[in-house]
Amino acid sequence: MGILEVKGINKRFGGLQALGDVNLSVAENTTHAIIGPNGAGKSTLLNVLVGKLIPDSGSVMFDGQSVLGRKPHEINQMGISRVFQTPEIFSDLSVFENVMIPCFAKRDGAFRMHAIESIFAERGIQEQAEAILEDVNMLEKKDMIASSLSRGDKRRLEMAMCLVQDPKLLLLDEPTAGMARADTENTINLLKEIRQKRGITMAIIEHDMNVVFSLAERITVLAQGTPLVEDTPDNIKGHPKVREAYLGEAQV
Amino acid sequence: MLGLEKKDFRLLLIVIGLTMFAPFILNPFPEGSEMAQFNAGYPDLMQRFVIFGIFAIGFNILFGLTGYLSFGHAAFLGVGSYAAVWMFKLLSMNVLPAIILSVIIAGLFSLIIGFISLRRSGIYFSILTLAFAQMSFALAYSVLTPITGGETGLQLALDDPRILGVSQTESGNIPVPALFGLEMRSSYELELGAWLFTFNAGYYLAAFFMILSFYLAIRIFRSPFGMMLRAIKSNQTRMSYTGLNAKPYTLAAFVISGMYAGLAGGLMASMDPLAGAERMQWTASGEVVLMTILGGAGTLIGPVLGAGMIKYFENIFSKINETILHGWFAFLPDGLENFVVALIYPFIGKGWHLTLGIVFMLVVIFLPGGLVQGGQKIMGLFRRKKPEPTKPNATEPAE
Repeated sequence: MGILEVKGINKRFGGLQALGDVNLSVAENTTHAIIGPNGAGKSTLLNVLVGKLIPDSGSVMFDGQSVLGRKPHEINQMGISRVFQTPEIFSDLSVFENVMIPCFAKRDGAFRMHAIESIFAERGIQEQAEAILEDVNMLEKKDMIASSLSRGDKRRLEMAMCLVQDPKLLLLDEPTAGMARADTENTINLLKEIRQKRGITMAIIEHDMNVVFSLAERITVLAQGTPLVEDTPDNIKGHPKVREAYLGEAQV
Repeated sequence: MLGLEKKDFRLLLIVIGLTMFAPFILNPFPEGSEMAQFNAGYPDLMQRFVIFGIFAIGFNILFGLTGYLSFGHAAFLGVGSYAAVWMFKLLSMNVLPAIILSVIIAGLFSLIIGFISLRRSGIYFSILTLAFAQMSFALAYSVLTPITGGETGLQLALDDPRILGVSQTESGNIPVPALFGLEMRSSYELELGAWLFTFNAGYYLAAFFMILSFYLAIRIFRSPFGMMLRAIKSNQTRMSYTGLNAKPYTLAAFVISGMYAGLAGGLMASMDPLAGAERMQWTASGEVVLMTILGGAGTLIGPVLGAGMIKYFENIFSKINETILHGWFAFLPDGLENFVVALIYPFIGKGWHLTLGIVFMLVVIFLPGGLVQGGQKIMGLFRRKKPEPTKPNATEPAE
């Protein structure tokens, strides 16, 4: 029984069957990659997991509780954090404030009026925020406005914002999309480090096969909204069905 | 100090100093001199400065922090005024219960309007608030006449059933608003040579409330709550994927700023116990938007500066007429004098809106951060003359 159990998910957009009977089980403490050609339904599946889309049928259980019908912020409070394809950060705020916000969200829940307390009143919050920036090597940039960061730094900041919440499951939507080679390598190393140091379960959607095979412990291949096969990376590489559907064109 | 950072505390002290010594600062020219018409240190205008300052500070908590542009905030000010006048009519002429009630009523009213309007964001939110404010205005103007006094406005009368207090004074007049016996209209005049300074009780009460509002605003700006509000403005997607529910945060900001508007309305009624529907009109809502943007939305001191500037223009520039202009340029040859006067005339007197409009345009185009940004630029010019401090690691090492 995995930490995330997806059973029989169906989702139609008009005449298009975006997801058809998708089953997926992400085991605790693994990195699970979801791959598939364009239009395979990867992003739709991800949006179902975070509460942005509600499927037509099926169930999604996380840590023993159903996530369906819950709002994105409620799902996040259950322990699922999401990293976006283009980093979603608070660009008008400083790097330090960016990581402090999830610290407060973790302490106070979805809403609490702390209108009179100073941001710096609680030493613990500051220490947490500084520690996570240290971990992603961004402590010296803490007073910069987030919008002025490089793309790679924005990605790392977003990652820090997710990590500081100590999520049980980290969802990554093409974390290296549009990145330069060096940045991609950095991100892979960062993710590996997170995996080893923190033991966070990760589900990752990715196009770049290099990234997938350096990170994933399990791989699910989606094609036309249906899971084709689920296996270890080594078996996936040689799987004839997968080659046919997807890898053939990528020449792995 | 008082739970504030050093820099914020200094700002608070400056504001306290400016408001306390305003009767001196605003009256720099001797009485009876040519320039005396530029003096703004008379009670009525000084009261307006601080009351609209409170209104703008509150508006800035919503607009400056969350970015939600409400076009109906005058409704809360109007409701606050009505509540205060009713308190004068029914309870007592003491201003404190009146002000407290106006804050509460405006808070409840903004809770309802905010709850509905905040279902949408951006332009739709603005239009919803505008619609609600215009509805309130229309209701106050016609249907609700028994409560609001309709066209004439809500006024005190000689037969008001004042529970704690008298309906009429011994001389048969309507009693005036007071704070435990201290009449709001009472003033102390100080003559120093050619100068005349007026210290008005009502002004100091309003100034006290403005300082209190300003202090609270600083605390809100520097709190986790304030940070969440800025986060809403910055990125609502990340906000919800960080486990935060943006809606109650925006609603809380909306209600707080509505209560500030109610406080301003209550104070207005305390200075002059009448309330009219025109206080709720959309032009009044637009004015506070102008004040906030002119001064600098999202900055602490900006809205106060903007409010001061607009009220100064409205009251001082509008009083300059053609005769005064001719007086100024009398030293020029006749033809030239008439020409110069004709040139300047559209910008003064009734044309003060034109001047204000030009100033507003210049500020928005060249100083999007408002007057505060202008001030910072000037400060920057002075600082640059000193040797620049070496920046630590301006370039980031490649990794």
